[in-house]
Amino acid sequence: MPYIPHTPNEVEEMLRVIGAESIDDLFDEIPQELRIDLEKSTGLNAIPLGKSEMAVQRQLSEKAMLDGTPLCFAGGGAYEHHIPAALWEVATRGEFYSAYTPYQAEASQGTLQVIYEFQSMIANLTAMDVSNASLYDGASGLAEAVLMAVRANRKAKSKRILMPESVSPVYRQVVETIVKNQGITLELIAIDQTTGTINQEHAQQQLHNDETFAALVIPQPNYFGSLEEVHQLTDWAHKQGGLVIAQVNPTALALLEAPGNWGENGADIAVGEAQPLGIPLSSGGPYIGFIACKQKLVRQLPGRIVGRTVDLDDKPGFTLTLQAREQHIRRSKATSNICTNQGLMATAVTLYLSFLGTDGLQKVAASCVANTQKLITLLEKSPEIKFPFGKTVFHEFVVQLDVSVDSVLERLAEEDIVGGINLSAQQVAGQSVDANKNQLLICVTETKTEEELRFFSETLIAICSEISSLSNSEGELS
Amino acid sequence: MSKRIIEQNAETLIFELSDQNRRSSSLAPDIDVNDACNNLPEHLQRKKKLQLPQVGELQVVRHYTRLSQKNFSIDTHFYPLGSCTMKYNPRVCNTLAQLPGFTARHPMAHSSMSQGVMSCLFDLQTLLMEATGMKQVSLTPMAGAQGEFAGIAMIRAYHDHNKELQPDKEPERSEIIVPDAAHGTNPATAVMCGYKVKEIPTNDQGDIDIDALEKIIGPQTAGIMLTNPSTLGVFERKIKLIADMIHKAGGLLYYDGANLNAILGKVKPGDMGFDVIHMNLHKTFSTPHGGGGPGSGPIGVSERLQPFVPVPIVGHNEQGYYWITEKELPLSIGRLSAWMGNVGILLRAYIYALLLGRNGMVRVADFATLNANYLLKRLMAANFEMAFPERRASHEFILTLRKEAKEYGTTAMDFAKRLLDYGYHAPTTYFPLLVPECFLIEPTETESRDDLDAFVETLIKIRDEAEQSPNLLKDAPFELPVRRLDDVKAARELDLNFYYSKC
Repeated sequence: MPYIPHTPNEVEEMLRVIGAESIDDLFDEIPQELRIDLEKSTGLNAIPLGKSEMAVQRQLSEKAMLDGTPLCFAGGGAYEHHIPAALWEVATRGEFYSAYTPYQAEASQGTLQVIYEFQSMIANLTAMDVSNASLYDGASGLAEAVLMAVRANRKAKSKRILMPESVSPVYRQVVETIVKNQGITLELIAIDQTTGTINQEHAQQQLHNDETFAALVIPQPNYFGSLEEVHQLTDWAHKQGGLVIAQVNPTALALLEAPGNWGENGADIAVGEAQPLGIPLSSGGPYIGFIACKQKLVRQLPGRIVGRTVDLDDKPGFTLTLQAREQHIRRSKATSNICTNQGLMATAVTLYLSFLGTDGLQKVAASCVANTQKLITLLEKSPEIKFPFGKTVFHEFVVQLDVSVDSVLERLAEEDIVGGINLSAQQVAGQSVDANKNQLLICVTETKTEEELRFFSETLIAICSEISSLSNSEGELS
Repeated sequence: MSKRIIEQNAETLIFELSDQNRRSSSLAPDIDVNDACNNLPEHLQRKKKLQLPQVGELQVVRHYTRLSQKNFSIDTHFYPLGSCTMKYNPRVCNTLAQLPGFTARHPMAHSSMSQGVMSCLFDLQTLLMEATGMKQVSLTPMAGAQGEFAGIAMIRAYHDHNKELQPDKEPERSEIIVPDAAHGTNPATAVMCGYKVKEIPTNDQGDIDIDALEKIIGPQTAGIMLTNPSTLGVFERKIKLIADMIHKAGGLLYYDGANLNAILGKVKPGDMGFDVIHMNLHKTFSTPHGGGGPGSGPIGVSERLQPFVPVPIVGHNEQGYYWITEKELPLSIGRLSAWMGNVGILLRAYIYALLLGRNGMVRVADFATLNANYLLKRLMAANFEMAFPERRASHEFILTLRKEAKEYGTTAMDFAKRLLDYGYHAPTTYFPLLVPECFLIEPTETESRDDLDAFVETLIKIRDEAEQSPNLLKDAPFELPVRRLDDVKAARELDLNFYYSKC
């Protein structure tokens, strides 16, 4: 029997010790009318019979082959990077893979120290004082940051959050789902249509009647790959009595100014998606959100936090701390209902940053910038491809096409290329719909070679003109 | 002291092995960083250099391998942590979920390049619907607690929608009922969804106090959150009556799937009358606990909550598999993760479900229950006290060490720490809060009888130690990398960041 070691003799002896005739007798407290009748169609017929490992391996390999390993130029919050071969070898060691939340600290020093190192690395990347042990993903992490800012900004007594249009539309949707039942409102700040970045004047106009707000979210780089004027925006928000939530890409932080050093006093909370640090694309999960903040906000952090302390012999060791914030102690008064962190993913991120180091991460980031500029140069050759938000970007940029982005992506898929993200298909309420017509968000990381960049640009340009001439001739016919 | 000697001590951090002048990596592209930076505006560039560790590849591998060896885990130790279902995580689930076709897929890849993974997710939805008796499953919640949030948010969306349709008839529903023995996430979740929490007591048999429930139910009741078998390790026998009472008042029933392992293939939550459930795939479907995550908490709903499920879910028609989104489900509570939840974990659960099949699923509950009841009887025979000796254990049971605490001055925590010395991960301690000095013990179906017997012998031995030399328990553990840690110091003198403590 799969994964059950009992022999028939053992089962018999065990039942004798229990004083039961059969295993079925052990379920005699469950009302008979509720029991599943396996003979009936209401039983478990939709579940096939068990298969051997070999059969399942064949079935899954076929499914995986179906999706293949295409050339990927999509980003939008999920980024393809090289993952060191040793990383998952170490991370999936049984002692990491099959351990649980480190409640018994003495028997979990491995996991606890890894988390302490993770927290230190995230704090250093973001130039913040403290980090937690991680959150589910970047999008839900942003929701937790919003809840945290509302709790923390007691002075403002406001439940308004200024949420720029340059934050990922899916992130905005997730935040909305999670915070809407707590009376928090998200006010959309429009972008400047020439730069794709936050329109500060529009933000100013939102402050009707000098009403204050709990926090401003600043993405860097933003959803369109563009760079926000983080210093100016941070100082502006602080002057208005709002906190600043920095939503950042951790790879970019090797080169871009860290949230803790934005403006005069730095952002208050830094949050983001750490998937780029060693975690495969995997259809969007499991990923890992990170959240870090200034020391004065530490008691408002959600989720697990590990601290360094000493044992009875004064020997240093690690333990979960500040648990008085959490659901298993505070129940209905907890800062969040979160139980776990994203432990295995935090282990992977810690390994990634250790393998790469300062030097390696800077090179990965620099290579992303350089490759992105190379592709921009190649695409500039086509007069049909425009760059509505300019070319000052980290590793993503928006192009405007003359033809439908959907058809382009479909044709690229036929060439085994994931060509990017169709921005017009991603409209959410309140967004300036027309402005994003035929806009495609393209991402380039260090994984792309010169040949691949050339191949992609040529294919994209060819497909655009092919579709364009096709629709022109259709136009002539009609 | 050389760094090699430091490494043998418990406390060496990766940062202490670092030298910023070390360049040994073949893992990063060869590029001139300053050149590339010319493309970024000067005033937006990082001024203070990062301080990530610069360590050789072997030294990194060795550091983390050694750290891993300081953990207890299912692969290395019996781990009877009640309510957490620490059963074997089959290696093949991990191997197959890491096939390049699965790991390389971008979440926004065209659906024509995604039929493989989408078919797996569609099949998993179907399997889980059948196993739980629910009408629709959404796989997106990323952990049990997020599944709970989704569940209560749906209950709220349902009532809000009804109120909108019938503003005069439908009352203001503001309360969620939660048993006093519930997991802490239950009340925390209800509050996140804007509800007040009403607690109800449990009777001395471990069942819900029906009289108390009767008094608390009213037009203000939005719903109730229940675990069955309950957190007390026994099956709630009056579940049908409770369901009828709540439904009659217009409320809905939420099923916390934490203990689904006990009833897999035996009873369907849908048949018990639940309107919404969450499943902890990292428990029942054996996906890795990973040192505390990633979890995965799909939800299942009855017909009346179908319009409100979180998106996306996977649909299927003659053209193939496709995403069902807000467009098709305008009343959906929305999105909980940027894309499709923890797909890599969902795949592991799917693979596990295929390996088990329906015959294997029935055996999960069979043998989890056999192991729990065997362990319970053996411990009772050895004169340990059970919280509910008259009841059948489900997949777990509660032992109380109050007698030992009184006679020898040794607490449940002292027993727990001494168990670690003998190579056993401690059961869940001090939960549920109702039972004094308790252990919640869940052996799971994958443990052998020999291992259960050895665990019983060890507990007997520890009780002898408690009688003869209680300090062996009070000062335990002795054999682990560290002894008991100073939690008060940890909270008072916060040291959460190596760099900050160096500032």
